Amino acid sequence: MRGGNGANPAVQANRGIFRHPTGKSIIADRLYVQEQDVLREFLIESNENLNRLDSEIIELEQRPQDKQLLASVFRTIHTIKGTCGFLGFPVLERIAHQAENLLSLLRSGERQLTGRLVALILECLDAIRKILVSIEATGKEGPDEHQELVERLAAAVKSPVEEPPAAKPADTPPAEAEKGSAASESAIRVDVGLLDKLMNLVGELVLARNQVLQFTTQKEDAALNATAQRLNLITTELQENVMKTRMQPIGVVWNKLPRLVRDTSQSCGKLVRLEMDGSDTELDKTIIEAIKDPLTHLVRNCCDHGIETPEDRARAGKPAHGTLSLKAYHEGGQVNIEVADDGGGVDVARVKAKAIEKGLIRPEQAERMGEHEALNLMFLPGFSTAAKVTRVSGRGVGLDVVRCNIERIGGTVDVSSSLGKGTVIRLKIPLTLAIIPGLVVVSGGERFLIPQASLLELIRIEGESSSRIERVHGTPVYRRRGRLLPVAFLNQILGLETMAERDVVNIVVLQAEDRQFGLVVDGIKDTQEIVVKPLGKQLKGLTVYAGATIMGDGRVALILDVLGIGQRSGVLTDHEAQNRAETQAAAAAGAEHQRMLLFRAGSLARMAVPLSLVARLEEFPQAVVERAGGHHVVQYRGGILTMVSLASVLEPEAPDQAVTRDPVQAIVFVDGNRSLGIMVDQILDIVEESVNIRQSSQRPGLLGSAVVGKHVTDFLDVRAVIRAAAPEWLEGGAARRETVVLLAEPSPFLRGLLRGELEMAGHRVVEAATPEEALRLLEGLGAGVVLASDDLTPGGCGGLQEAMRKNASLAGVPVVPLGRSAEGAGRGGESMLASIQRLVKAVAEPEIFVEAAPVEGRQ
Amino acid sequence: MSAAEIGTQYATFVVEDLFFGIDVLRVQEVLRYQEMTRVPLSPVVAEGLINLRGQIVTALDMRRRLGLAPRSAGRLPMNLVVRAEEGPVSLLVDEIGDVLQLDAADFEPAPDNVTAAARELIRGVYKLKNRLLLVLDPDRTLEVNEFLETRTPGSN
Repeated sequence: MRGGNGANPAVQANRGIFRHPTGKSIIADRLYVQEQDVLREFLIESNENLNRLDSEIIELEQRPQDKQLLASVFRTIHTIKGTCGFLGFPVLERIAHQAENLLSLLRSGERQLTGRLVALILECLDAIRKILVSIEATGKEGPDEHQELVERLAAAVKSPVEEPPAAKPADTPPAEAEKGSAASESAIRVDVGLLDKLMNLVGELVLARNQVLQFTTQKEDAALNATAQRLNLITTELQENVMKTRMQPIGVVWNKLPRLVRDTSQSCGKLVRLEMDGSDTELDKTIIEAIKDPLTHLVRNCCDHGIETPEDRARAGKPAHGTLSLKAYHEGGQVNIEVADDGGGVDVARVKAKAIEKGLIRPEQAERMGEHEALNLMFLPGFSTAAKVTRVSGRGVGLDVVRCNIERIGGTVDVSSSLGKGTVIRLKIPLTLAIIPGLVVVSGGERFLIPQASLLELIRIEGESSSRIERVHGTPVYRRRGRLLPVAFLNQILGLETMAERDVVNIVVLQAEDRQFGLVVDGIKDTQEIVVKPLGKQLKGLTVYAGATIMGDGRVALILDVLGIGQRSGVLTDHEAQNRAETQAAAAAGAEHQRMLLFRAGSLARMAVPLSLVARLEEFPQAVVERAGGHHVVQYRGGILTMVSLASVLEPEAPDQAVTRDPVQAIVFVDGNRSLGIMVDQILDIVEESVNIRQSSQRPGLLGSAVVGKHVTDFLDVRAVIRAAAPEWLEGGAARRETVVLLAEPSPFLRGLLRGELEMAGHRVVEAATPEEALRLLEGLGAGVVLASDDLTPGGCGGLQEAMRKNASLAGVPVVPLGRSAEGAGRGGESMLASIQRLVKAVAEPEIFVEAAPVEGRQ
Repeated sequence: MSAAEIGTQYATFVVEDLFFGIDVLRVQEVLRYQEMTRVPLSPVVAEGLINLRGQIVTALDMRRRLGLAPRSAGRLPMNLVVRAEEGPVSLLVDEIGDVLQLDAADFEPAPDNVTAAARELIRGVYKLKNRLLLVLDPDRTLEVNEFLETRTPGSN
């Protein structure tokens, strides 16, 4: 096969027939068919070889001394050359021949591999690829003879160009064990179409099996049952194995990436090191196909936009080589793929500005937008932040296509970024699209299926439990392990008949994207393997369904689309995602958690008040708001509710819109049997998270500001507002027994919170952050009671008590332990509000409380 | 012989008092009433989903499609399964008639005295001896996107 230009006359003749099938001669026809088969084989094999070569050569560039690798590269080129010669493709053969010559010099050690040689070999591969494409399309090699390339190759073989050998990067990871070289003989090639057909048949079999199983449950026939059981097992195994035949490692796609990264980064003048982890993670072939382009685009995007130039990196104190890392792993019946870079990260402000400039969002939308939501703007069609359009990317097409392609196969895309540190793009991809496990639920008398991939847990609430579904600002929520889970009712979403109030509530906790919500259903049945069938075009517009399937009894059941359901019911908002991510981060850090009500009033776009202080949120029609005694009032629950406009207290000179709104939104505070409504412009949200930064405020009516949900948020000083707006409301409280309370608590937030509540109850509060401070203040204070936290350092509450006992004048002052703030909320199911009320009560009657304290078993 | 010479064969059916014909080549099969799974939030035309030997087929109610009064309770519709590009669709009709071979000479465009909803779906009319046969355009019939009336929460 070696040498010559492959002019075997017989083959040439055959090729002629192949190129000009006449259809008149039976012999010619048969030869044509045979030749076409051979050709197809050749194309498939050569393409596979080329893909492997790409990554092998890049690897070789890193490890030029690896003899085995070099031998493998040589073998592959040799195979391509041999086959070309046999099939009579002279141009192809010439290129492969020269490349082989070059490699043989490298192999014999006569020449060293240089960067230029690598480039030259890669150029050869590109030329070969081009010719293969042409052969596939037309059967011919195409007009380009690549003469110039062949000459350069020949020149490179003859005269060594003086060039230092390719520098071996110091930080190259150790070589992986060499993979089995040639395809093993136990493998055969199978047409994918055949596998698809098999998969469909297995799908039908699974349905038939389900039906048989359903049928046997109604029959008392041991033999039939045994057979059905065997059928069941065999079907399951068959299904698994057929599915396996279609599985491919994600490495199939990743193989191409080293080359892509090399080329892209070179053309952008960047240094990028590619790390790949989990390339043996397997996915269904159709999915592999579907993620090929999106993944390529993401990687290219990372090289182009993500990683900075070496100069910029040096300025930022980073190593010159940027790292692009790809990770793939199975998780919860899905495959997660992460594309991460250690580049400059995404500037959220710039993203917003760009989106406004491109007219994708309005400025006021941008203002309200959370960071996560803003980052996702990058996936909108027509968005691109690249300052200049580069050769590789920056034309504003791409990321939207990425998301579109991923979502089409039921996957999700999420991006997180930290400015200056890098960006991570996470893809979640289903393993297969054909057969999935599903949970059968019942609502309104109909059965529905929920894909188990989105299922987190099932909750069943029985009886008149206190932990039923509650409503916050009209939104149903459920307290799941102390956290609020937004809840939606499937009956309501789908407009089904609602069952009468029952003792049992079933909640299916679902996850869509990275958010969680509960779906209340009438009943939960079993799980089943379901074959997803698409809905007809008349029903395509319904985003709440992912498709339909046939159940064991032969009836059709709808498969719910969890994301669609979440969106339709409105439980999925960006706030939720953000807060959840943040609460998780905070939980990991062990920080204290607070539930806060966020609202807007006047020019203060984002204010917060601890939810524990809030009794209710109300909306009143404008018509029922009356004026009496210089105040706005509303007839409310058989009494009169005084209403104070927050904006008018905080910004008396500005126009007040809260009062004229319809409906009027108010936060109701209750003390004993008196209530006060504070009118605000808009209730924004309820969030649960830790408050980390705190800055005290110069402004009256505000306690200070903190970052909540990544936005600076002003904390309302409820007492100050009430003092300013409705002083008579507090006077009632002052008439009661006033106690001086020393509040020893390191967290300024908790102090502020308790102080407000204690002052509202008519006590005077003195704050201390440390035990020393507490002791110093106690000396001259004559405090009636001490509230001390276990978070105090050193010593905690016990330590302070100990110290007080040593001082005769303080020994008699009762100390009420606050416990630890981390367990402050939700301890033993106690809400923050209850816990504060308990403490306030304790201050009024410390004797009783101190007695009771040890029983509660505080640390 | 071309199709024009032999005339077209029509599968006929009745919806309320209207007599329809549909190109017999577009009809896959005719079935008696099948149990259906309702699709909440769907356009009201889509009556439900039926299991046609392992295939899931959307059933469109021809009365709804034509803007006619609903079928009286207890009267079960028949399924006329029509071939379409993206798979079969079932049309729910009151009665199924015979297959008729009709002469192109008797064909005329739709007259004005058919309802607007029906006229839109009709290719024309064959004048039979004792009644008129309305030729249904299957593709337009299956196009329900413009029907915005859906089963909104609370309406069923």
